[in-house]
Amino acid sequence: MLGKLSWSAIPFSQPIPLIAAGGVGLALLAVLGWITVKGHWPYLWKEWITSVDHKRIGVMYVLLGLVMLLRGFVDAIMMRTQQASAIGHAQGYLPPEHYDQIFSAHGTIMIFFGAMPVVIGLMNFVVPLQLGVRDVAFPTLNSTSFWLTASGALLVNMSLVIGEFARTGWLPYAPLSETTYSPGVGVDYYVWAIQISGVGTLMSGINLVTTILKLRAPGMGYLRMPMFCWTALGANMLIVAAFPILTATLAMLTLDRYLGFHFFTNEAGGNMMMFVNLIWAWGHPEVYILILPAFGIFSEIFSTFSSKPLFGYRSMVAATLFIVVVSFTVWLHHFFTMGAGADVNAAFGIATSIIAVGTGVKIYNWLFTMYGGRLRFPTPMLWSLAFMTTFVIGGMTGVLLAVPPADFMLHNSMFLVAHFHNVINSGVIFGAFAGITYWFPKAFGFRLDEFWGKMAFWLTLAGFLIVFGALYVLGLEGMTRRLQHIDFTEWAPWLYVSVAGVGVMILGVASQIIQIVVSIRNRDQLRDDTGDPWDGRSLEWATSSPPPAFNFAVLPRVHGEEPYWTIKRQAIESQGLADEPEYEAIEMPRDSATGVVTAFFATLIGFAMIWSIWWLAALGFVGAYATFVVFAWRDEEEKEIPAEEVARIDRARRAARRKWLEENREQPA
Amino acid sequence: MTAKAQDPYRMGRGGGGDHNTGRGEGGPASKRTTVGYGFWIYLLSDIILFSGFFAAYAVLAKQTAGGPSPHELFGQGRVALETAALLLSSFTCGLAGVAAEKRKLVPAQFWLLATGLLGAVFLGLELSEFAEMIGKGAGPQRSAFLSAFYGLVGLHGLHIAVGLLWLGTMMAQLWVKGFRPQVLRRLMCFNLFWHALDIVWVGIFTMVYLMGVAP
Amino acid sequence: MSERETDSGDTAPGDEAAEGEEFAGGTSGYVVGLGLAALLTAAAFAMVNLPLVWRPAIPMALVVLAIAQMGIHLVFFLHVTTGPDNTNNVLALAFGTLVVLLLIGGSVWILAHLDHNMMPMGRQMHGFP
Repeated sequence: MLGKLSWSAIPFSQPIPLIAAGGVGLALLAVLGWITVKGHWPYLWKEWITSVDHKRIGVMYVLLGLVMLLRGFVDAIMMRTQQASAIGHAQGYLPPEHYDQIFSAHGTIMIFFGAMPVVIGLMNFVVPLQLGVRDVAFPTLNSTSFWLTASGALLVNMSLVIGEFARTGWLPYAPLSETTYSPGVGVDYYVWAIQISGVGTLMSGINLVTTILKLRAPGMGYLRMPMFCWTALGANMLIVAAFPILTATLAMLTLDRYLGFHFFTNEAGGNMMMFVNLIWAWGHPEVYILILPAFGIFSEIFSTFSSKPLFGYRSMVAATLFIVVVSFTVWLHHFFTMGAGADVNAAFGIATSIIAVGTGVKIYNWLFTMYGGRLRFPTPMLWSLAFMTTFVIGGMTGVLLAVPPADFMLHNSMFLVAHFHNVINSGVIFGAFAGITYWFPKAFGFRLDEFWGKMAFWLTLAGFLIVFGALYVLGLEGMTRRLQHIDFTEWAPWLYVSVAGVGVMILGVASQIIQIVVSIRNRDQLRDDTGDPWDGRSLEWATSSPPPAFNFAVLPRVHGEEPYWTIKRQAIESQGLADEPEYEAIEMPRDSATGVVTAFFATLIGFAMIWSIWWLAALGFVGAYATFVVFAWRDEEEKEIPAEEVARIDRARRAARRKWLEENREQPA
Repeated sequence: MTAKAQDPYRMGRGGGGDHNTGRGEGGPASKRTTVGYGFWIYLLSDIILFSGFFAAYAVLAKQTAGGPSPHELFGQGRVALETAALLLSSFTCGLAGVAAEKRKLVPAQFWLLATGLLGAVFLGLELSEFAEMIGKGAGPQRSAFLSAFYGLVGLHGLHIAVGLLWLGTMMAQLWVKGFRPQVLRRLMCFNLFWHALDIVWVGIFTMVYLMGVAP
Repeated sequence: MSERETDSGDTAPGDEAAEGEEFAGGTSGYVVGLGLAALLTAAAFAMVNLPLVWRPAIPMALVVLAIAQMGIHLVFFLHVTTGPDNTNNVLALAFGTLVVLLLIGGSVWILAHLDHNMMPMGRQMHGFP
């Protein structure tokens, strides 16, 4: 009846996961109880859970991502402390099988459920606003994407208490991940969580590509799109082109595990290196899926806080598209050592070095954007500057690794670990924090607290440099990755240094949390009424903060590369706003529970497949199909916002703008 | 100077004058164009999903592990029939689209039904082939070549099966609701889906069956 | 989103261009497409069964026929054209095709090379096909 599921799946003998899960469970119950007692469920259900508004979905994505980043950070703390406490005769506190699950979960959670949701959430929130339109191309699909991602995250976290997680690393290399060597449910948890959230990611990619290519404000030609939209386009094209490869690879692994196929086995002619090959054909584009939107965020921030248009806009576009294409020709550099011949290694090594050129172009463009500008240094700009300096270091160690002979020495070493953490941390994570601080006032109508923001910035930067500086040294001293126990006492000092760095980072994370709490408490002082707190240049700043459900009462007309800057200059020069437009009723998509219900059934399917509960899986499929039919059968897809309502909301915005204009009369042009 | 002269390739350059919504000046595209384009992008991702399985087949095709080889397994007669059924169903699917454009309900339903039946014939033939092969001891567990074969051809068959489910649902919807814009859009997407599956099948019968038995 | 169902100058994939008669449009377009596709399929099957082509060239001939048939399907069934209203559709298609070629070609190249270097002689793979 329940397949492989029984009471023995719950690790009663292991105190750490049990206590952790107990704590999380209690906290979750407390939150749910609080919501119930306060009677917030109807509000949450109507305004958030079933919302198809791209802004709400974006916020939920970012929230999910931040919670999961925290979860992955806890894993990181455990890994660093385990290594520092298991040197020589000491054994540390994590047994090998548990430690292996932790580093697997750390990578999986950080990439798939931390970084991806934050990046996708920011794109979801910002792109339609920057394009001057009212929503993404497929709003209900958007909600489904989000809930499927959440469903995957739920499955991964369930593995903490029910059963186990994979012990294979964040990419379950075959044949280790085959049933012969991983008979438990750990790899199955991985596979189904990633497949379900992967479908969500793919749909979100399709959605955003279509939005960017087909829905733009009148007049916004390709070469007038803000840079963030361009990099979002690049990232989502990569999602559409790369995620199916991941789906295919994991489907093959699933067939191997469930039905005895021989794609990647050692027996019967299977080819385990094909797994490595295919997974990295997805894995390398994935790196750029994460980093391209971050590049876009930095472009927006450098331009805004230098009070200048972005330098080299067209070369930036070209570099983005160059990266999109070339990222599909470098995947072998993840397995130089597997034994392909010199010409294969050379070809991919050269391609890898070439792809750095695209990033180099961008770095110079950002430098020239700042050159001669009137610079301001609020928190988002600090994150961006830290990115530029540290990312160059990470990029250069990457070019080192791109040389096959050097890679033979450094493969699977801590140097590699330091390299990719260096680029992902300073690229994606700094980018995410920069983006969140930058667009937070747009989403909620008040700024984040500057003091705690700067505190968080400096502590995180310092901690990050200490941790990964130490890991670079350890790598050069020959330490390999994923060690549960360290035999060489000579490495001890650097391991202690990295733990100290983690301590500093913990303070940084704490500052982030304090920042949010303090900002919410002081929201009245931090309030921004104008909708343009940073003196921005692109269209998202043209509407109020937070924007109304329809974003723009009238779609803006675009006449140049920086549409909002033009509007603002005109208003300042003529000392008045443009004439009030004639308001019309606006049709917006209806909210729908399709997304959350689909995700519910997807979770059932995933859980049932993991534990071989076939009837439940069938039930899940039937339920998902029924949900689709119900959705397809509905008659009204849209609701109308009457013209008076639109006028009322937009007049309030215009009043705030007029007030701002009067207060800034003396501002030089 | 006309806008066309400034921007001969209509990339949205030169500011104004270009009314091509897809490329710039005209504002958001219509729903039909947006939905069609979104589905087109999905299809590309689906083709890439297939290409993963194609790559696996290409790599593993010679790894028979002492088991049966393509020469011993593939009969051309059935493949020819499958190909004919799928090609014809692609054709009838297109005719259903033409009928729908003219808002003729009965012909549209007739051609959709024909598409569905031909698809079912295809699926039946494929399943009978699988059953026969497994009966001969040539199941997917036998060798990596057979794993890759069942993976690739089975994935295509799965798509056909899902397509049939979609088709049935859509026909019922067409019956109940008539030619509404959203039903027409779904019909357009189904057309794209079905033709794309036929294109994938061209790849499969060439690479798997014909090359497998080529002298 | 707007109320219109079609745009001038921008066509959904699979839709025939709004303005004027397409050369691959309507029922006749499908009939021509079916005829050409059937012809190419028959040619492919004949290639394998009849001694028409020099044996080692058969795989290449099959590939050429398959690509031709895919083209026929794209033009007559999916209504992909080179017109400006189709630019976006064609660009997306081109990107997808590029990735497909890189993935299949790259995988075959990498793993054939690996087999050549790593595997015992008995299991050597001689490239595909």
